Amino acid sequence: MAETVFHHALTILEDVCFGCTHCVKVCPTEALRVRDGKARLTANRCIDCGRCMQACPVNAIIIKQDDFSEIYKYKARVALVTSILIGQFPRHYPTRKIYSGIMEQGFSHVYEAEHGASLLIDEINQYVARHGAVKPVISSFCPAIVRLIQVRFPSLVENIMLLKAPLDLAAISFKKELMERGFAEDEIGIFYITPCAAKIAAIKSPVGEKNSPINGVINMDTLFNKVYSGFKKEHSSSCIVPEKEQLRAEEMAWSLTGGEAKYINGRCLSIDGIKNAIEFLEGIENGHISNFDFIEMRACDQSCAGGILTTSNRFLTVERLEERIVKYGQDKIEGKIFDNKTIDKHSSFIRENVKIDTIEPRSMLKLDENTEEALRKMERIRKIFSYLPGIDCGACGTPSCRSLAEDVVQGHAHTSDCIFIQTSLNVPSDQEIRAEKIWGKDRFRKLT
Amino acid sequence: MELEYSIEGGDFSKAGLASSEVKKILKQVNIKPEIIKRIAVAMYEAEVNVVAHAYQGKMLVNIDPSKVYIRFEDEGPGIENIDQAMQEGFSTASEAVRQMGFGAGMGLPNMKKNVDEFFVGSVVGKGTTVELTTYIK
Ligand SMILES: Nc1ncnc2c1ncn2[C@@H]1O[C@H](COP(=O)(O)OP(=O)(O)O)[C@@H](O)[C@H]1O
Ligand code: SF4
Ligand SMILES: [Mg+2]
Repeated sequence: MAETVFHHALTILEDVCFGCTHCVKVCPTEALRVRDGKARLTANRCIDCGRCMQACPVNAIIIKQDDFSEIYKYKARVALVTSILIGQFPRHYPTRKIYSGIMEQGFSHVYEAEHGASLLIDEINQYVARHGAVKPVISSFCPAIVRLIQVRFPSLVENIMLLKAPLDLAAISFKKELMERGFAEDEIGIFYITPCAAKIAAIKSPVGEKNSPINGVINMDTLFNKVYSGFKKEHSSSCIVPEKEQLRAEEMAWSLTGGEAKYINGRCLSIDGIKNAIEFLEGIENGHISNFDFIEMRACDQSCAGGILTTSNRFLTVERLEERIVKYGQDKIEGKIFDNKTIDKHSSFIRENVKIDTIEPRSMLKLDENTEEALRKMERIRKIFSYLPGIDCGACGTPSCRSLAEDVVQGHAHTSDCIFIQTSLNVPSDQEIRAEKIWGKDRFRKLT
Repeated sequence: MELEYSIEGGDFSKAGLASSEVKKILKQVNIKPEIIKRIAVAMYEAEVNVVAHAYQGKMLVNIDPSKVYIRFEDEGPGIENIDQAMQEGFSTASEAVRQMGFGAGMGLPNMKKNVDEFFVGSVVGKGTTVELTTYIK
């Protein structure tokens, strides 16, 4: 049986990677190893959280994106941006100007991805009320968290909320709107401007959905740089004034920590940061953390404001968005803004399409399908582990002594990959070959 | 496969570590998620009881292809009236322990509910033994 490989957006640039172990050490799913002097990623273990990219000292880990010129394949070129993008710009740039800057890059429409969150509040509340038996309901908003649960906490998969994120709702409703305005479906290209790798992975190989309504993905830092440098060299005063719909206050804050939980009835909590998430999920699994109705959970510190593709400081982004919310409130009182019409117009269509199918666990921890065989492997792992020094130095190219023992038993490594084992064995020629296999020939040339 | 962990009485910051280790091993040997969840709840409660109510103890785990057997042995005050301790909501936990989110009196009843075979035995002034057996086939 061929194994399905899940899309992951993080890519290692072979010619830049020099095979240190920074990424190997920080990966929350132990998806990375050093082999032949380069970091290698096991696709199905990767949850696209981006911690490796953050840790890489030479920027050898990047996020693949669609070529910018792809947008010209479409007549209606929609930039679907998260409110987080607006928060990247210094506060003296009004939203309208940022929108117009985006259009100057070649887009015909700009639309914010959090449109639809206001409808979702209702849907989530109903969902939580219906799912009293499996508590807490864990939000499906952050795709890195969904994948983390699938691969590391299979017993909590049933807690994941089977409702779409606002991003998908905004995409389907805006596509419908454009079709009603006369565009054919294949003339509409919706490009998501992503703050992270996880959203790309979720679009390219969606969990619990057949396919995504989004046609392409552009990294937020790429678009930010284009727009911002446009502002810097701008001379003329002419600018496109885009058609613009105002995000509601709750929608602007949706991607920030607390954005969801604030609006959900019952006992709720917001968790951000991958380590915090793991610790919390352990607690739920043990039953120690119980009696919660809804858990908002995001992989990044400060949620999407800390997305790996953001350019601004995450705390400044939060501050700017909060200011924008205050301004929205004032404008509303003064009658300067109109509410979001597209979403309201398509609300019944969105409600019909809000559900996602079941999400399957896909444990990456299991040593073997067969428990008897897995137990035998476990015995061997424990035996090998007992000979290893237990200092987790990483010189074998794996994150810890324990993971080396696992790799050996799974046939991916050799006990003598451990430098401590090497010195106690007296077979120098074999030592050299093993070490070269991990670190590459060049590394040793440097020493002689 | 046999595993052994020691548990320190009174150290709440480490309560649950042994259970987390065992839980990871149960995932590695591919035991069904719904069974792991039940075992996880029961062994965590038993581990916390050693931390909360005893001086020190150990957790012995035996996994074979048909069942997971876990025994907790502790040195501690023991339980005077086991029938009473088994009642939902009964607890002798101090206010300080309750402040930390423990001591709801649901531990023993929840252990019993979540495993296939449950045993608790105790000698007052000496210690307590808890046995949890779960069939995995
Ligand atoms: N290992 C133990 N040693 C001594 N007493 C115990 C032990 N386990 C349970 N008990 C007693 O049984 C009571 C009920 O236990 P449990 O149902 O787990 O509730 P809780 O731990 O919340 O008090 C405890 O309050 C304590 O008096
Ligand atoms: S918190 Fe937001 S930016 Fe970070 S991985 Fe999740 S969805 Fe992406
Ligand atoms: Mg207890």
